[in-house]
Amino acid sequence: MTDPIGSGGMDGQAGRNLPPLRLHVPEPPARPGESADFTHFDIPAADAAPRPDEAAQPSDMRDLAYGLVRVLDEDSAAVGAWNPKLPPETLLRMLRYMALTRAFDARMFRAQRQGKTSFYMKSTGEEAVSIGAALALARDDMCFPSYRQQGILLARDWPMADMMNQIYSNTGDRLKGRQLPIMYSAREAGFFSISGNLTTQYPQAVGWAMASAARGDTRIAATWCGEGSTAEGDFHSACTFASVYRAPVIMNVVNNQWAISSFSGFAGAEATTFAARAVGYGIAGLRVDGNDILAVYAATRWAADRARANGGPTLIEHFTYRVEGHSTSDDPSAYRSAEESSLWPLGDPIARLKQHCITLGIWDEDRHAAMDKELAELVRDAAREAEKNGILGHGLHHPMESMFEDVFEEMPWHLKEQQQQMLDEWKAAGL
Amino acid sequence: MNMIQAINSAMDVMMERDPSVVVMGEDVGFFGGVFRATAGLQQKYGKNRVFDTPITECGIIGVAVGMGAYGLRPVPEIQFADYIYPALDQLVSEAARLRYRSAGEFIAPMTVRSPFGGGIFGGQTHSQSPEGIFTHCSGIKTVIPSTPYDAKGLLIAAIEDNDPTLFFEPKRIYNGPFDGHYDTPAKSWAGHADAQVPTGYYRIALGKARIARAGEALTILCYGTMVHVVEDTVKTLGIDAEIVDLRSLVPLDIDTIEASVKKTGRCLIVHEATRTSGFGAELLAQVQERCFYHLEAPIERVTGFDTPYPHSLEWAYFPGPVRIREAINKIMKD
Repeated sequence: MTDPIGSGGMDGQAGRNLPPLRLHVPEPPARPGESADFTHFDIPAADAAPRPDEAAQPSDMRDLAYGLVRVLDEDSAAVGAWNPKLPPETLLRMLRYMALTRAFDARMFRAQRQGKTSFYMKSTGEEAVSIGAALALARDDMCFPSYRQQGILLARDWPMADMMNQIYSNTGDRLKGRQLPIMYSAREAGFFSISGNLTTQYPQAVGWAMASAARGDTRIAATWCGEGSTAEGDFHSACTFASVYRAPVIMNVVNNQWAISSFSGFAGAEATTFAARAVGYGIAGLRVDGNDILAVYAATRWAADRARANGGPTLIEHFTYRVEGHSTSDDPSAYRSAEESSLWPLGDPIARLKQHCITLGIWDEDRHAAMDKELAELVRDAAREAEKNGILGHGLHHPMESMFEDVFEEMPWHLKEQQQQMLDEWKAAGL
Repeated sequence: MNMIQAINSAMDVMMERDPSVVVMGEDVGFFGGVFRATAGLQQKYGKNRVFDTPITECGIIGVAVGMGAYGLRPVPEIQFADYIYPALDQLVSEAARLRYRSAGEFIAPMTVRSPFGGGIFGGQTHSQSPEGIFTHCSGIKTVIPSTPYDAKGLLIAAIEDNDPTLFFEPKRIYNGPFDGHYDTPAKSWAGHADAQVPTGYYRIALGKARIARAGEALTILCYGTMVHVVEDTVKTLGIDAEIVDLRSLVPLDIDTIEASVKKTGRCLIVHEATRTSGFGAELLAQVQERCFYHLEAPIERVTGFDTPYPHSLEWAYFPGPVRIREAINKIMKD
C-alpha cells in the first residue's frame, strides 16, 4: 500500500516513537446543570488603572490592554484616575437612558412573543456599553454599530416609534420592510445601516473616519462588534487600515462572553484579551469594565479626544455579560449554566449606577421606581403609535412594487419587467 | 492613447472636476500602479486623494464603502480581478445592497477598477474573468470596455454613477488590440480609429451596446478582448456577421441585442469566463425568450472551459479563432 501522505518528511513512517499530537478544543467553565464559576477572573480594584495622557504612545499604555479600567468601586463610589467626575444631571441622564433601553427591550421582546414581529435582540446587561459611548461622543460623530447598540439611537433621542416601525416592518418603516427587525438605519442620528454580516461595519467605519480626516473635518467614527466576530477577516483588515492611516476611529469590542452558544474561548479569549489585539497593530488598547458606565464613558471620551487631536485610533474592549439569549430565536439554557448571569461578578450596569446616585444623595428607590413606571408608559405609548402602522404579516406593509425600488438609483429595464410581471401575476390570480 | 492612458485620463479628468473623487489601492499611489494606470495622479492630486493601501481586498472595499457613505466617490483598484474574492462579501453584501437596505439613506458610489481576463500567461491567479459572479448579484453594475475610447468614456460614466460599479479592464488589450493569434507579434493601439481619445471630458452612457461591425448573417455577442478576436475571425471567414460589443453587462442593452438577433436570425455568444452559469447562459436565455421564433439555428456559446485557468495550456483554454470559427460554421450550416 502506498502512503497517501508521501514519505518525504522526517523518517516518513507512521508509528514513529513520538507522543501523539492533541487538538485543543476550548470548553467553557460551566455547562447547564453545573455551577458557574468566575473565580478565575482577575478583577482589579476600581482605582488600579492609570490614565495616560490622550497624546501618549500606544506602547506606553500596553498594560491597559490587559487590565480593566473601572471607576465605580464596591462601595458605589467613583474613584481613580478615570473618574470622569460627571455632574449629577449627566449621571441621571445616563441612568434614564439605560433604563429606557431596558424598557424598550422588554416591550419589543414581548411583541415578538406575541407574534407581532419575527425577531428581536435584547441588550440586557450591556446597556452601559452603548449609552456610555453615546453620551461621550458628539451628536454628529458617525456610529457604525452592531446589532446590540439600540441604546445609541435612544440616547440620541431618536423617536422610539420610528424604531418600532422598523421592527414591525410596517407602512411607517423608513426602510420599507427590507431589513430584519433591529437592523435600523438613521442617517440623521449618525447611525449607519446595520448589516447581518458580522464586522463588515469595521472597515467601513475606518473608511468613513479616513474620509473625514482627508477632508479636514472634525467628526470621528466609532464602531462596535462582538468578541466572537473579532475572528472575522474584516476586523483585522480594519485594524490594519486604522493603524496605517491613524484614522480617527474608536473600535469597540463588546465582549459579552457569548456568541450565540459559543463562549469567548472560540474567539481566542483563553490566550489573551481582546483589547490586546490592539498591541500587535500599534493601536491604543483599553480593556474596560463594560458594566460600569462611568468607565465606558471615560474610556470613550479619552479615545474621542485622542482621535480628534489626530492621535489615531483606539480599540476598547468592553468586558460585560450577555444576560439574555442571543436573540428571540435562542435558548441559552441549552448551553450555559442557569446561574451564570446572576453570578456575573461585575454586576448590573443599571443597578450599579443607581446605587452610585443614591450614595451621592441625588437619587432614591422611590424616584427610580417612578421613573421605571414612566418609561414603561412612554414605551407602551410609542408601541401603540407604531402599531397603528401595522405589525409584521398583518397586511400593513409597503406596496409590493416597492420591492424593486432602491436596488439601483434608477430602475433598469429588467427590474421594471420583473415588477410588471409580478403585478400581472397577482392580478391574473385575482388577488 | 492606449487603453491604460485612456483609463488614466478618465481618472485625471474626474479628479480635476470633482474633489470628492479619490483613488486608492495596492501600489496605485507613488508608483502609479503595476500597470501604470494611476501614474502621475498622486503627484497631481496629493496623497489625501491618491493613496497606496495595505494588501487586504476586503479592507480596500470596506473602507471604500465607508468613504462613499461619508460623501466621497472612491475609485478603488483591485490589482488583478483574481484577487477580488477576498472582497466579495464587502462588494455583494455591503456595497451592492447599502442603498436597498437603507432605502436610499446611505449609498456606496464607488467604481472598482480591476484588470481581468487571460492571454498573458498569467496562470490560474492572474487570468480569471469573474464578471458572472457579480452580474448574478443585485445592486452592482458591471462594465467592460474593449477600446481606449470606450474605456475613458465608460469609466467617466461609472465614476459619475451613484451605484457601485465594477469596471473590468481587459488587460490583454491594454497596449494593443489582440486578434487571438498568440504567435504573431503584438499589435499597438497607435493609429487605431478607436484609440483617438480626446484629452477632455466625455462620457458613454452605461447600458448602451456598440455595434462593432454591422452585418446580416449572424449576431455575435461579446465584450472585452473577445470583441477583437471575433472581429478578426469574422474578417478571415469573410462572413457578414453583426458584432455586438456589450460594453456593460449590468445594465444590459437588451434592445440592441434583440433587434440584432431578430434581424440576423442566428446568435453566437463569446466570452472568456468559464461556461457553466457564466454570463453567456443569461444572454442565451434572454435571446431564447425574446427571439425564439426568429431563430434559424440553435444559439451557440464559445467560452472558457470549466477548469481553472491552465498556465502552459493557456492557448488551448482561451476561446480563440479556432473555436469561434468552428462555432460559426456550425450555426451557419442550418
